[in-house]
Amino acid sequence: MVEVSPVTAGPFSDELRAAALEIVARYPAGRQRSALLPMLHLVQSAEGCVTAEGVDFCARTIGITAAEVSAVATFYTMYKRRPVGDWLVSICTNLSCALLGGQEVYDRISKKLGVGHDQTTEDGQITLEHAECLAACDYAPVMTVNYEFYDGVDEASAEAIVDALARGERPMPTRGGPLCTFAEVSRQLAGFEDPRPEGVAGAGFLEPSVVGLTVAEQDGWQGEIAHTDRNGGPAGPAPGGYAVPATAPADGARSGTAPSSSGPPASAASTTPASDAATKTLAAPAANKTEGA
Amino acid sequence: MPVTPVLTARWKVPGIWTLDTFVDNGGYDSVRAAFDLGPDAIIKMVKDSGLRGRGGAGFPTGMKWSFIPQGDGKPHYLVINADEGEPGTCKDAPLMMTDPHSLIEGIIVASYAVRANRAFVYVRGELVHAARRLRNAVAEAYRAGYLGRDILGSGFDLDLVIHSGAGAYICGEETALLDSLEGRRGQPRLRPPFPATHGLYNSPTVVNNVETIASVPFIVNHGVEWFRSMGTEKSPGPKIYSLSGHVTRPGQYEAPMGTTLRELLEMAGGIRGGRQLKAWTPGGSSTPMLTAEHLDVPLDFDGVQAAGSLLGTAALMIMDDTVDMLKVVRRLTQFYAHESCGKCTPCREGTTWMVQILSRMERGHGDPSDVNTLTDACDNIFGRAFCALADGAVSPIVSGIKHFPEEFAAAAKPRPDVAAAAEAAGPALAGAH
Repeated sequence: MVEVSPVTAGPFSDELRAAALEIVARYPAGRQRSALLPMLHLVQSAEGCVTAEGVDFCARTIGITAAEVSAVATFYTMYKRRPVGDWLVSICTNLSCALLGGQEVYDRISKKLGVGHDQTTEDGQITLEHAECLAACDYAPVMTVNYEFYDGVDEASAEAIVDALARGERPMPTRGGPLCTFAEVSRQLAGFEDPRPEGVAGAGFLEPSVVGLTVAEQDGWQGEIAHTDRNGGPAGPAPGGYAVPATAPADGARSGTAPSSSGPPASAASTTPASDAATKTLAAPAANKTEGA
Repeated sequence: MPVTPVLTARWKVPGIWTLDTFVDNGGYDSVRAAFDLGPDAIIKMVKDSGLRGRGGAGFPTGMKWSFIPQGDGKPHYLVINADEGEPGTCKDAPLMMTDPHSLIEGIIVASYAVRANRAFVYVRGELVHAARRLRNAVAEAYRAGYLGRDILGSGFDLDLVIHSGAGAYICGEETALLDSLEGRRGQPRLRPPFPATHGLYNSPTVVNNVETIASVPFIVNHGVEWFRSMGTEKSPGPKIYSLSGHVTRPGQYEAPMGTTLRELLEMAGGIRGGRQLKAWTPGGSSTPMLTAEHLDVPLDFDGVQAAGSLLGTAALMIMDDTVDMLKVVRRLTQFYAHESCGKCTPCREGTTWMVQILSRMERGHGDPSDVNTLTDACDNIFGRAFCALADGAVSPIVSGIKHFPEEFAAAAKPRPDVAAAAEAAGPALAGAH
């Protein structure tokens, strides 16, 4: 095993070098290569992308070759080879989002910004990408800015979010914490806690996450499971009997309908998605076909 | 069949993501119970409960744990697969976001059972909001003595690291995940040997999905019989069903294993806009599509398999009668072409070529040989790669052709009107990878 050694040359600050060693320390002794993915995120927090200097920094800190680091850096979508703008706008165009107009949202924003996938506006503000599934299919269509979620967008609300970014505002995401910069979010991806209390305290969910629970409440399900313990299982409190307000807000400070102090509201995912006119990309030319089964 | 919130039951409790509120609601009770029971009793309990992996494959969890060699002198590891990215799948992200301590509780119990003193959560990079809550919860758990040295005076030590990925669907495959966690390109390993003996750092490793591990504390707290009182004989317990697409109320519905789509749609307000169901995936894009004929298939591991598909992650993407299946299949195939790690030739080359064929057909330049070519290509990809990504990649195509042959046949010939319209609309893959 190669020893871990602090890197003393290059453009990186003492603080960053210390942070890199802190990442290494999370993994078992002799397994410092496990620190590579977080360390590449750390490099992006300083450089805005993975630079040649950043590759060298990782290689020397971990004790592997630059070629080995490059092989990893080029494999993963989130490592960027060109500087990302202040705001990385990712729009999901995979199936569940596309069924509800995600491709149209992407096309509108692409046209508006005059850039395509993985390209940055001339002023360096916004990088656009179309994303593969973002694991928020129940909130479709979704977009993220620096990986913060804007749920249930449509062409107009997505455009309003991008307009606000261009004006220097930070529209509130619908879930999670307030927007942070690409550098800040990269630092969190490197495994460091979000220093902002509001980062963890933001809305945890909108209705789609808890819609089944709402059905259960309406059916008076809570606690019932204790009585269905027909096989003599252990007694005691069964799950389900938790104290929940009659109208459940999101678990953060805000309610779940995308309020925003500095930008436009995104359309709330908790409302039923738009009429089926939104289904364009994947729709057959004549939309009144008989059932295909 | 009713909904049965178990894993999701606390999600609306305000502040449940904080340690104090979690503990007030019974959180971490199972850790004390586990220390009283001892590791072997927990493995037996999980085995007897019939819990099967919720990450897609449905492997019996207790059996997986029992494969870990004991007394071998090697360090053991527990790795949580939180690399949620299968199109349609959106259950682990809300679990980690709303109730992060419930995952940590399960990790402590599972680690204790398999004698692992280090655990990792490999969380998908893009899920920053969930990782943030998890990291906060881990810090709280350390401060309260639920993680670290001599947990609650038991003599058991556990360190837990939240490790963010960097955007690669393939890392949801367990051996690719392990390579990625070791700081390499996320490419699958040849098996055997299996992770149970040669996993992370070549040591015995259990890799489990988030929902699987979060189920464990409930089994410890409420018992095997209670768990088996839900679901079916071979697939017991509750399951989080994720409904998306053309459904009136999309979202997470936790119901007993074996619930049908008809029942779930009833809860979810039916197909959006009163339209007809055309196609759906029972478990994400890698599971063969089904149709309205399959509304009453019990959605458990065996029931879905008998219907010619797979339960996968119980991610139900619902498509109404407005969709063009060729477009659906093309879009999903693009996903696999983008996410193929490139290790195995049939998957790397095959997915790319199939996107080209499907795109050409969609743009009106179909050829009568296209459907056969696609079918042949799928035959030569399925089962001919290191991992299941390749098998998943052919699912949309094979099932699309099977259930909607007329749509593919109609596109397998030159269509001048479609070609002219496509020409006018611009390049086929504008903005695509």
